[in-house]
Amino acid sequence: LAHGGGGKAMRDLIEDVFTSVFEPDGLEDQARLSHEMLAVEGARLAFTTDSFVVQPLEFPGGDIGKIAVCGTVNDLTVGGAQPLWLSAAFIIEEGTEVALLRRVAAAMRRAADQAGVRIVTGDTKVVERGAADTLFVTTSGVGVIPAGRELAAEKVRAGDVALVNGVLGDHGAAILAARGDMVFEADIRSDCRPLNHLMEAVIEAAPGVRCARDATRGGLASALNEISQASAIGIEIDEARLPMRAEVKGVCELLGLDPLYLANEGALVLFVPEEQAEAALAAMRSTEAGRDAAIIGRAAEMRSPRVVMHSLFGGSRIVDMLVGEQLPRIC
Amino acid sequence: MESGAVTGERLLVRGQVQGVGFRPTVWRVARELELTGDVRNTSSGVEIRLWGEAVSRFESELRAALPALARIDAIERVAIDAVRPESFVIGASEGDGMRGAVTPDAAICSACLEEVRDPFERRYRYPFTNCTECGPRFSIIETGPYDRARTTMRGFAMCPECGEQYSDPTDRRFHAQPIACHVCGPRAWIERLGPGTVNHEAFSMMDDVDAAGGMLMNGHIVAIKGLGGFHLACDATRAEVVADLRMRKRRRGKAFALMARDLDVICRYAEFSEQEAELLASPEAPIVLLRASGEPLPEAVAPGLDRIGFMLPHTPLHHLLLRRMKRPVVMTSGNLSGRPQCTTNEQARAELEGIAEFALMHDRHIANRIDDSVARVDLGRVRLLRRARGYAPRAIDLPTGFPRDISILAMGAELKNSFCLVRDGEAVLSQHMGDLEDAATEDDVRRNLDLYTQLYDHQPAAIAVDAHPEYLSTKHGREIADGRPVIAVQHHHAHIAACLAENGRSLDAAPVLGIALDGLGLGDDGTIWGGEFLICDYRGYRRAGMLKPVALPGGTAAIREPWRNAYAHLMAQMGWAEFAMNFADLPLFARLSAMPRSTIDAMIASGTNSPLSSSCGRLFDAAAAICGLAWDRQEYEGQAAMLLEAAIDPAALNEPDDLAYPFSIPLLGGRGLPYVEPLAVWRAMLGDLLLNTPVGVMSARFHRGLARSVVAMAQRLTADDGPDTVALSGGCFQNATLFRLVHEGLEQLGLNVLSHSRVPANDGGLALGQAAVAMAHLHE
Ligand SMILES: [Fe+3]
Ligand SMILES: [Mg+2]
Ligand SMILES: [Zn+2]
Ligand SMILES: [Zn+2]
Repeated sequence: LAHGGGGKAMRDLIEDVFTSVFEPDGLEDQARLSHEMLAVEGARLAFTTDSFVVQPLEFPGGDIGKIAVCGTVNDLTVGGAQPLWLSAAFIIEEGTEVALLRRVAAAMRRAADQAGVRIVTGDTKVVERGAADTLFVTTSGVGVIPAGRELAAEKVRAGDVALVNGVLGDHGAAILAARGDMVFEADIRSDCRPLNHLMEAVIEAAPGVRCARDATRGGLASALNEISQASAIGIEIDEARLPMRAEVKGVCELLGLDPLYLANEGALVLFVPEEQAEAALAAMRSTEAGRDAAIIGRAAEMRSPRVVMHSLFGGSRIVDMLVGEQLPRIC
Repeated sequence: MESGAVTGERLLVRGQVQGVGFRPTVWRVARELELTGDVRNTSSGVEIRLWGEAVSRFESELRAALPALARIDAIERVAIDAVRPESFVIGASEGDGMRGAVTPDAAICSACLEEVRDPFERRYRYPFTNCTECGPRFSIIETGPYDRARTTMRGFAMCPECGEQYSDPTDRRFHAQPIACHVCGPRAWIERLGPGTVNHEAFSMMDDVDAAGGMLMNGHIVAIKGLGGFHLACDATRAEVVADLRMRKRRRGKAFALMARDLDVICRYAEFSEQEAELLASPEAPIVLLRASGEPLPEAVAPGLDRIGFMLPHTPLHHLLLRRMKRPVVMTSGNLSGRPQCTTNEQARAELEGIAEFALMHDRHIANRIDDSVARVDLGRVRLLRRARGYAPRAIDLPTGFPRDISILAMGAELKNSFCLVRDGEAVLSQHMGDLEDAATEDDVRRNLDLYTQLYDHQPAAIAVDAHPEYLSTKHGREIADGRPVIAVQHHHAHIAACLAENGRSLDAAPVLGIALDGLGLGDDGTIWGGEFLICDYRGYRRAGMLKPVALPGGTAAIREPWRNAYAHLMAQMGWAEFAMNFADLPLFARLSAMPRSTIDAMIASGTNSPLSSSCGRLFDAAAAICGLAWDRQEYEGQAAMLLEAAIDPAALNEPDDLAYPFSIPLLGGRGLPYVEPLAVWRAMLGDLLLNTPVGVMSARFHRGLARSVVAMAQRLTADDGPDTVALSGGCFQNATLFRLVHEGLEQLGLNVLSHSRVPANDGGLALGQAAVAMAHLHE
């Protein structure tokens, strides 16, 4: 692929690789959207954007395109929105294989279909060699928060129950394995997937849901700490209840990493009032993305609000927000 | 001059002079010298007014008669003119008394012990007997100032007889806040943990404390509520019971402390010097690490170690408990491994149920958890390894040159946390609290910080923290700073500063060579330090040398698993091909071959979670793993290094010098700093393995080689116009052999050597150094 100024070759590339996949009927440079849902009294528009720079670009369970769609869909989802439309912008390093771009675009279309959203506008730039690392993708998303729906971390109260929808750390471990330079064999696939259908099922079964957070960068630990700080309440989790694959634990032991800080791309944590916990759990488990769902802990009054994990061996460990990367703290 | 006025003298005394029987002593001395006047507590100490001929003799007589727990820092004397009173009286306290007048808990004194043993005394067999010279202090205080109403004794109304003693200046118990007796004080009782009841009929001839002693003798595990927390106790000579306690407590490797009735019992199992005997019997009554000798104890008491931690009973309850016991008992902290010890009866019932069958409870609430202190005597001085009961919160005077008007709070380290308050030129180092990642320990830190802040009316101008941004203590410091400056202090600079401060090195003294042999601390170059030679004073430091930086493959995993350090060191030296070519016959080769080497190689090559570290602790881990003493997992911090030291064959320490493993000191490429290079050490060590050299000999050669190289480095860095003083700090100096060899080597070079005594060399002393460095910065 050659770096060009925007001539015919470029237009052909865009048409051939992207627009024909996202909207076969044709895509204009500007999406014109009219939607009856927005006209409902009290409904609100949700709008988010994110850039994706994952390496390697393709890994077991997904690629950068799938992450770009799922990431933005899930960002909208955990805010209580029903995602509807996405934009996608590509920064492509000169010399990138067109076949790779086709695979990425196809993955984006599949993910969008799975989530029930449309990619309605976009942009493409090809830059000189070295100016980008093969491919960067930016997606923005628009969704609608139905009237009366209000998810916020500040709403979490002592006694509320914390649930996750599935196994933790798969994405982070899969990326580490796929980078290849770590030389270990592990049958781990990224958990990358849209969570909007799961979220709708939970909200229907447990309308009291207080809040949800996707446990992406910084893992479950960071998501819980954000909620604890926003709500000024403590959170207790049980190590024994955390759904995690033995392979992921093994990789973490080997590399000396804490799985609670590993990134996920298809995991969320949410808080519901205690009496709705079982209903929320059952609703999660009824969906594809929630088969391994589990109750992992609860919010609790604490002298200084923070996240504490009751470990398998009886102690209670503070799980804090990292300032930087994982560095040994031990003397 | 008013009519009838006579010239007298007023003395203002500062120091540890309240709540320790100081005023009755003043009263007695004044009466003996036929002086009249008065004495009272004030907010800054004690004020004494004296009239009479012998006034000039008063101060020296008072100093000679000082009660055991009192300490005079300064006496200011001025002449006064007033009407001379007829007699000498003890006056009422002025205001709330002195801030920071809290003294450490003290072991029962001999006078009280005699009473407890005397059937004709009213406190015969009373487990909570105390006086102004002994008993609980810090552990029972809820808020300051120290006064019965603000301690956990507040619920016990004094009986008339105790009340009389309390208000009689001639009595040992004058103003003894925790005064109590059978009639009015706390009680002890035994209960069964878990289902079932205790059959009291069976013990009808005894009291409950004695019954608990009987249970220990019969092989039961009993939870005992002590001064600063619960212990778990059992007969230390029954291997199966000790092993059972280990299993139930889920504490696998770490040594248990023992308590014995008296020195005669201890000397059957361990040897001790006169100085060690004195330390055991001191009011601080720490656990003292003694060399095992004589009758062997079960291996499960202190697996792999050559030293046993012994303590003597420090409360009447413990004396009564062990009265009939001719054998030592295990006296380990009452908790599940990794947690702080229980302090309340409810906690003990809930947490210790699966561990102990019975509990000896009492109803004097423990306000402040405080562990047993641990000490050792090396090179003729007491060395505190863990500073808690008996020592904390005694203040440490800052050296000359430090301002008296700056208040600082230093947050300490992540492990073995202890914080430090500086005010009025004194440093108050809190008791050892433990590892912050444990939520209950961190809660304790926050509670204690509130308590100390209130007791000392402390308003710090700045907060000192470790430079490691992820330490929970650092985060906590930033969280409470509230606009005040936060001063980040490099870990090993703080270690050395702590050593300088406790040795009274003045603020403006010339720089020293600081040698910090340690586990890990964040360096200022983004790598992890831990074997550092710093030219430094309080204000700053220059890194002048180090141990060779080697990768820590897996970060924290490399701390848990010694084999990772062995592998990283061997690969940094010779690579796999050379190792395989020369040493394929070693079991070590087979063991390392079985490990996931390619991943570790890749981690080191790409720097993935494999920071470079010049740690001395990890060097010890590597050596212990190569010797086969530690491999998969350390059960407790420093285990590999402790096993390696304990393995030393003392005879091998006297081998010819050239058998010590040869470290060299080349210059590091780029920066040009000299470093201690273990290349030839590993070759020699692996060669010794091929020759089936005993581990005890290899360990001796390793220790001697390392000590020689540290001394050689010091010689180089102090040559010409270099410092004439060397300060030793860091956790590795708790290795007595390394400490002694380095210390002796440096003294032979004619260097002045400073080392730790009252403050631990490990991270437990770090906060003092942080505070001193921060003071120096603010003073600029
Ligand atoms: Fe340290
Ligand atoms: Mg975003
Ligand atoms: Zn006494
Ligand atoms: Zn009484």
